[in-house]
Amino acid sequence: MSKHKKRYQNRTEILQGTLDMLILQTLQWAPRHGYALSKAIRTNSGEILKVDTGSLYPALHRLERKGWIASEWKTSELGPRLRIYRLTQAGRRQLMSERSRWERLTAAIAGILNPAEKENVP
Amino acid sequence: MKWAFWRRERRNEELKEEIEAHLLLAEREALESGMTKKEARQIARREFGNVGVTEEVTRDMWGGRWLFDLFYDLRYAVRGFRQRPGFVAVSLLTLALGIGATTVMFSLVSGVLLKPLPYQQPDRLVAVNGHTEGWNEKIYGEQKLAYLDFLDCRRESHSLDLAALVYNSGTLSAPGAPQYVDYFEISSNLFSVLRVPLAVGRAFLPEEDNIGAARVAILGYSFWQRHFDGKGNVLGSSVVLDQKRYTIVGVAPAGFRLYGNEPELYTPLGQDAAGYLRNRAAQPVHVVGRLRSGATLRQAQAEVGLTGSHLAQAYADTNKGRSLQVKRLEPPVGDVGSILWLLLGAVGLVLLIACANVASLMLARAISRERELAMRVALGASRGRLVRQCLTESALLSLLGGTVGVMLANWSLHPFLTFWPGDLPRAEEVQLDWRVLVFTVAMSVLTSVLCGLAPAWRAPVREVEQTLRAGARTLTAGTRRLHAAFVVSEIALAIILLVSAGMLGRALLHAASLDPGLDIRNLLVMRVGLSPATLADPAKIPAGWQDLVNRARNVPGVQSATAVDIVPMRQGNNEYGYWTTADVPPENKQPMALASSATPDYLKVMGIPLLEGRFFDDHDRLGSEPVIVVDDVLAKSAFGKQDALGKSLWIPNMPCPQPNINKFVECSAPFKIAGVVGHVRYWGLAGDDQAQLRAQFYYPFAQVAPPFLNRWSQLMSIAVRTTVPPLTLVEPLRRELRGAAGDQVLYQAHTMEELAHESLAMQRFLLLLFGIFAGLALVLACIGIYGVLAYLTGQRVPEIGLRMAIGASPANVTWLVLRQSLGMVFLGIGIGAITAVAAGRILESLVEGMQPTVLSTLVTMVPFLVLAAMLASLVPARRASRVDPMKALRQE
Repeated sequence: MSKHKKRYQNRTEILQGTLDMLILQTLQWAPRHGYALSKAIRTNSGEILKVDTGSLYPALHRLERKGWIASEWKTSELGPRLRIYRLTQAGRRQLMSERSRWERLTAAIAGILNPAEKENVP
Repeated sequence: MKWAFWRRERRNEELKEEIEAHLLLAEREALESGMTKKEARQIARREFGNVGVTEEVTRDMWGGRWLFDLFYDLRYAVRGFRQRPGFVAVSLLTLALGIGATTVMFSLVSGVLLKPLPYQQPDRLVAVNGHTEGWNEKIYGEQKLAYLDFLDCRRESHSLDLAALVYNSGTLSAPGAPQYVDYFEISSNLFSVLRVPLAVGRAFLPEEDNIGAARVAILGYSFWQRHFDGKGNVLGSSVVLDQKRYTIVGVAPAGFRLYGNEPELYTPLGQDAAGYLRNRAAQPVHVVGRLRSGATLRQAQAEVGLTGSHLAQAYADTNKGRSLQVKRLEPPVGDVGSILWLLLGAVGLVLLIACANVASLMLARAISRERELAMRVALGASRGRLVRQCLTESALLSLLGGTVGVMLANWSLHPFLTFWPGDLPRAEEVQLDWRVLVFTVAMSVLTSVLCGLAPAWRAPVREVEQTLRAGARTLTAGTRRLHAAFVVSEIALAIILLVSAGMLGRALLHAASLDPGLDIRNLLVMRVGLSPATLADPAKIPAGWQDLVNRARNVPGVQSATAVDIVPMRQGNNEYGYWTTADVPPENKQPMALASSATPDYLKVMGIPLLEGRFFDDHDRLGSEPVIVVDDVLAKSAFGKQDALGKSLWIPNMPCPQPNINKFVECSAPFKIAGVVGHVRYWGLAGDDQAQLRAQFYYPFAQVAPPFLNRWSQLMSIAVRTTVPPLTLVEPLRRELRGAAGDQVLYQAHTMEELAHESLAMQRFLLLLFGIFAGLALVLACIGIYGVLAYLTGQRVPEIGLRMAIGASPANVTWLVLRQSLGMVFLGIGIGAITAVAAGRILESLVEGMQPTVLSTLVTMVPFLVLAAMLASLVPARRASRVDPMKALRQE
């Protein structure tokens, strides 16, 4: 129990507006169902980012409605049917644009946080 | 909807399955890490959070939520309605009546006033009119064109295709029994300019539009149906009109009528050799045109204007001072527009009262549900959601009301049209078409907003916990004021309609009591078409009329008979400008008078009193001294207090009574006034006092100059005074007047009593409608007062109980309630009175014969309204006075 408790501490809420990008990015490598997706985000972030299921499913359904991801039902050896989401072409394009936006944003924030470095640039 | 629901159900189940799987996977992982099954399930659930909220938020992502909310609101509303069938029945009936009546009135406005002309590209059609300085369009209508001027315009215009139409009438002697018919003489291109295809056959050819060309005719559609049973083989057969045989070449389309009623026949205008068509001083020609492609209205106006000024220079003796104008062709509806808008306005007031009534009922209902609404807010319903729900209810109610209203309108529109006094122009265009339906839907939506606004406004439910904590019977001052506002506005609207109805009633009573100026009892007037053989020879015409008068006099039951051109209170009039000295000013500065020519017995037959001098006798004829007889109005306005008898009038436009002339000749000598007679209400009982033109004079028919006898004969009527009920003599007269050749037709027979009665038809019609509207308004307002007071009093039961417990008597309590009602009623009257005065002024300006009685009518209507309101308040007041104090206090 104590081990679990520790596991659920020290987590940061996902930044507003980045969940979509994270989902699209995570689906880029392979189609996944909701639970696997949330686990992947958690593990890939070194157990730091926690995906709230209360936002994950609405986000998945919203992205599907926008046509960036698609879903199909697959039976699994585990028992229940699973809804597997995969990235679409439109989703790939969307991911590109969100990534470049994000990179600009982080560069800008980094510039503010480390002003000295910027001044040194010739 | 069902399909959408089924799909949504399936998606719901899929979502549940998806979340279920998520939980299962999480649980399995926890199990694998060594937890017990119970722990694993707990941790999976905890980590997931609130399943219900997640589902809810996810569903929102699917879109279309508003649709499902709407469905739930509708279902909720229907359930609510089922619980209160009484409320629904009253509201629906009220709204259906209001919307139905408004729809009927708007159908009329739409069909008569708003619809474009039923021709192709109606916005390219124009009318060409003349305009002379000082011409009074109110009296004479638009000035038309001389035929020669029309021909010049048509020749010189590059931007317009022009066509002409002249109204005419004559005796049709074959096929069938002789009858008097209306026909249009038209230029050959009239149908092509309007782009109206003929029902059968062809239009006139340009070469048929000349004097001496082959006589051809086109039948009016109704005439074709009546006399030829709508048979296609009618082409090539013939009709005989005024002794000329015409070959039928076509049939006009159904319902085609450019001006006035549908004519029986059309003939080529260019074939008519009549003198007045070659005289630029006579302007009988309606001119319509179509802009050629690329041409603008402004170009056409400039072009025709230029032609007009050329004509004024080239033919100064006839055309001086007359300009030509081009306007868009408007449907000829006369002054009926103002009456229609007036009625639409009145019916709109009734609808507003209906709205106020339903709104106050809904408000009372919303307040009784306050705790329920507060509870829903406490459970998380948003304000917008509750407002939407209130509006859904009122929208459902008013759309249902609108639907029933449209059905009522559809059912009552045509009975209402037949009920319209006289001819409603363009009545055939009045239909429940898409325009009307759009209007009705808009009305219903507006109604629903008006009805639902008050309850929705209350829906915010501030201070939720207070509402929940408080007893159901507390009522804020704001709500009470809102209720009172409904009553006040209903009273204010009702008083407007009551005053209008009252004013119309008084005007009608007043007009009916007026002396028409002649003895209308046992008096029959009828038109007769003189035998075409007689008409062809002007020398025979006076004898022809004398023969008709003699024949009429010989019919048993006829006391006396006369011939006259203009009959009072019937369509048609003739005016001349006059002056009292030889120094006559220009035409537009001359005072005008109505002129009638009559035979010597006219005064005796009509029962018009002779005040001074004499009427005509057999010595007044062509060549003798020109005489006239004036009425007392003319005598007074021309000569003031001086005696008019023996004086003279200069009447420049009246043809001089000389024998052996063949065109218009102005008299060098003035017309001598031989007598003064009483004024006759020529414009009808109601209209005469306010008419612009009241002065009258008479001249002997025997002194009508020969060139004009033919035209005059088309206007002449026979009037007979009878000793028996006049209508019983129509058939004997019809037989007797047919004449030796059997080709003289009697038509348009009316008793003078009918004409006098009809002259008040519009006033009577308006009174009836306004009476109905005012009655409805009064009933609705009383229901409103009753409902609001019953409700407010119901809310005050504990207070009343307390008052009675500390010594108030039942009378005190009754008075308490009545006082509350009186306060609202008088506030409403105060507000309504101002509007009612304005409405009264509008009525005075729009309806003939209205007296300035707004204020006195208001004063008589107020007690009436107060009494009705008090009666409506009495039941709630009595109920309040019977409150048992002990029970009331325990209720708290």
